[in-house]
Amino acid sequence: MNASTMEAALLLAGVLFMLGLISVLIRRNVIFMLISVEIMLNAAGLAFIVAGSKWVQPDGQVMFIFILTMAAAEVSVGLALILQIYHQLKTLDSDAANFMKG
Amino acid sequence: MENFIWLIPALPFLGSLLLLLFGTRLSRTGVAILGVGSVGISALVTILLGLQFLSEKPAFYHQEVWQWFNVAGFSPSIAFHLDALSIVFIFVITFVGFLIHLYATAYMAEDTDFSRFFACMNLFVGSMLMLVMADNLLLLYLGWEGVGLCSYLLIGFWYKDPANGYAARKAFIITRVGDTAMAIGLFILFQTFGTLNIQAILTQAPEVWSVGAQMAVLVGLLLLGGAVGKSGQLPLQTWLPDAMAGPTPVSALIHAATMVTAGVYLIARMYVIFDLAPVAQLAVAVVGAVTLLLAGFSALTQYDLKRVLAYSTISQIGYMFLALGVGAWSAGIFHFMIHAFFKALLFLCAGAIILALHHEQDMRQMGGLRKSMPVVFWTFLIGAASLAALPVITSGFYSKDQILWYTLAGPQGSIWLYLAGLVGAFITSIYTFRMVFMTFYGEAKTHIAHPPGMVITIPLVILAILSLVGGFIELPHNFAHIALFSGLMAPVLPGITANELLAANEWLFQVLAAVVSLGGVFVAYLFYQRSPALLQNLERSSFAMKLHRFWFSGWGFDALYDNLFVRPYVFLANLNKRDIIDSFYTGLARMAEGFHVMFSQTQSGVLRNYVAGIVVGAIMILTISLLL
Repeated sequence: MNASTMEAALLLAGVLFMLGLISVLIRRNVIFMLISVEIMLNAAGLAFIVAGSKWVQPDGQVMFIFILTMAAAEVSVGLALILQIYHQLKTLDSDAANFMKG
Repeated sequence: MENFIWLIPALPFLGSLLLLLFGTRLSRTGVAILGVGSVGISALVTILLGLQFLSEKPAFYHQEVWQWFNVAGFSPSIAFHLDALSIVFIFVITFVGFLIHLYATAYMAEDTDFSRFFACMNLFVGSMLMLVMADNLLLLYLGWEGVGLCSYLLIGFWYKDPANGYAARKAFIITRVGDTAMAIGLFILFQTFGTLNIQAILTQAPEVWSVGAQMAVLVGLLLLGGAVGKSGQLPLQTWLPDAMAGPTPVSALIHAATMVTAGVYLIARMYVIFDLAPVAQLAVAVVGAVTLLLAGFSALTQYDLKRVLAYSTISQIGYMFLALGVGAWSAGIFHFMIHAFFKALLFLCAGAIILALHHEQDMRQMGGLRKSMPVVFWTFLIGAASLAALPVITSGFYSKDQILWYTLAGPQGSIWLYLAGLVGAFITSIYTFRMVFMTFYGEAKTHIAHPPGMVITIPLVILAILSLVGGFIELPHNFAHIALFSGLMAPVLPGITANELLAANEWLFQVLAAVVSLGGVFVAYLFYQRSPALLQNLERSSFAMKLHRFWFSGWGFDALYDNLFVRPYVFLANLNKRDIIDSFYTGLARMAEGFHVMFSQTQSGVLRNYVAGIVVGAIMILTISLLL
C-alpha cells in the first residue's frame, strides 16, 4: 500500500470518527447516539485495517475482529437499555434519563 | 501482731470497694455496719499493734506485701514501715476516724446517697493510712493523691448545688499546685539517691549533702510546697475555708484526722532533709508563724460556725509548722495529736448544732443553746478550752505551751516567732470563746428541731475526755516532768534542748502563756457577753469595718488569686473560644465540602455532557502528550 492511499484511508477514518463523535454529542435520540457510536467504532476498525496492511501484519485484522465482537455485545446491551428507557419514560430522549444526577 | 499490719489500710479500702460495688443494694444498716466496721476493726488492729509496740519497744516494724513493679533497677514495693511517728498518725486516723464514721451514721441518716458517702469516707481513711504507713515516697505519693481525690469527692458531696462543686474543684486545683512542687522534689530525690525508699534516703542524705547544700535546700522547699498545699498554709490556704461546703463529718475528717495533717507528716518524716537545709526549715517556721496569725485574724471575723473552725485549723496547723520549723519535732507531732482530738470534737459538736437547727450555720442566728443541748454544750466547752489552751486543765495547753517554749528557747528559736505564736494564742482564745458565747449564751433565736441522739453524743463524750486528759502524757520539765510522748518519739525524731539561760525561768513564760489565753477569754467575755455596746461602738468606726471586711475575706487572697490567675485565664479562654488551632482543621473540612458541592454539580445525569467531558479530556491529554 502506497503512502497516498494510506493517508487517504486514514483521513477517511478520521472524518468518519469525527462525524460519529459530533453526532453523539448533538443527537438527543438514544438510538441515533448508538448508531453514531457504531460509526466511531467502524472508523477505529478502518484505522486498524489500514495500519495492518501498511506493516503487512495480521494484528490489524485480528483487532478488527475484536472490535466487531465488542460492537455486537455493546449493541445488544445498548438496545436492552434503550428498551428499558422507553418502557420507563415513553420517550427516547437521552436528556430525559437524568435521574442519576449528583 | 506485726503480720497483720497490712490489714490496717486494707480494711478501709475493702470497705470502700464493697460499698462502691454493692452499696446501693444494701440496707442503710448494712452500709453503716460495713462503713463503720471496716474503720473500727482497723482501729482495733492499730490499738493492739500500738500496745505491742509500747511493750516490745522495737525501732520499727516493717512488712513488705509485694513488689509494685521493677523497671531498670527501680523497684518500689507495697511495703509498710511503722515507727513511733507513723503509729501516732495511724492511731489518730483510725480511732478519730472511727468516731467520725460512727457519728456520720446519725448525721447522714436522712441522706439519699448514704452508701456513696461511706464509700468515699472509707477510701479517704484508706488513702491517708497508705500515706503515713508507706515505706517509700512513691507509695506515699499514691496515698497523697488518693487523699486529694477523696477531698474532692467529699467536699462536692452535695453536688447538685453548683457552689459545692466549685469549692470541690478549688480544693482539688489548689492542692494540685503543691503536689506538682512535691513531685518535682521527689524526682530530684530519685535522681540523687537512685531510690525512693524513705529510710534509705534519710540515711544517705547526710553523706551526699553537706549542711546548707543547694540541692538540699531546693528539695526542702519543694517538699514544703507540697506540704503547704495539703495543709492549707500560706500561700495555698484559700481552699480550706471553702471546703466547708461538704457535710460536717467530712470537715471533721479533713481537719482532724486526714488531709491537712499530711503536710505535717511529710515534713516530720523527711526531717533529715530539713536538718540539712536550715533555710528551708526557717521557711517552714516562717510560713507557720505568718499563717497562724493570718488565719487567726480571719477567724475573728467569721459568722459561719464551720468557717471559724476552718480558719482555726489553718492557724493550729500553723503552730505545728512553727514547731517543726524550729526543730521541736516531737512537740509538733504532739500538738497534731491533741489538735486531732479537740478539732474533731469541735466539728462534731458544730455538726450536732447545725443538724439541730435545720442546717443553720450562722452564729448570729444561734444563741442560748446552753440549756437545750447540755451534752453538746459541755463537750464543746471542753473542746474550746483545749483549743484556747486554758492552763493546767486542758491538753491543748500542754501541747501549745511546749511549742511556744521551744520557739523561744530552742536552738533555732527567735523572739519574733515566739511573739507571733503568743499573739496567735491570744487571738485563738478570743475567737474560740467568741464562738462559745455567740452560740451557747444569750437568747435562743432558732427553734431546735432534732435533739442529738446517742450515736451523736457518744463520740462527743469520748473525744471530750481525750481532749482533757490527752495532754497529761507530756508535761513540762518543771511540772512533774512526764515525757511519755517525746520519749516515744525519741528513736524516730531528734530531741531538742532548751537554752539554759532561759530554762531557769521557764515557769515565767508558762505563766505568760496562761495569762494570754485567759486574757483572750476575758476579751471575748467583755465583747460578746458583758457589754455588747463595746462591739457596736467598734462597728461604727469605718476603719474597723474595713478591717473586718478585709479579714472576713481571708486577707483578700481570693480576690488576689482571682485577679492574678483566674481572670487572665478566663480572658485567654474566651479569646480562644473558637480554638485558633482548630480553625485550620475546620478550614480543611470546609474546603473538602466545597469541592464536594462543586463536583457533584458535574454529575448532571445528561449522557451527552459526559461524552463531551470525555472528549475534552481526551483532547487535553493528547495535546499535552504531543506538546511534551
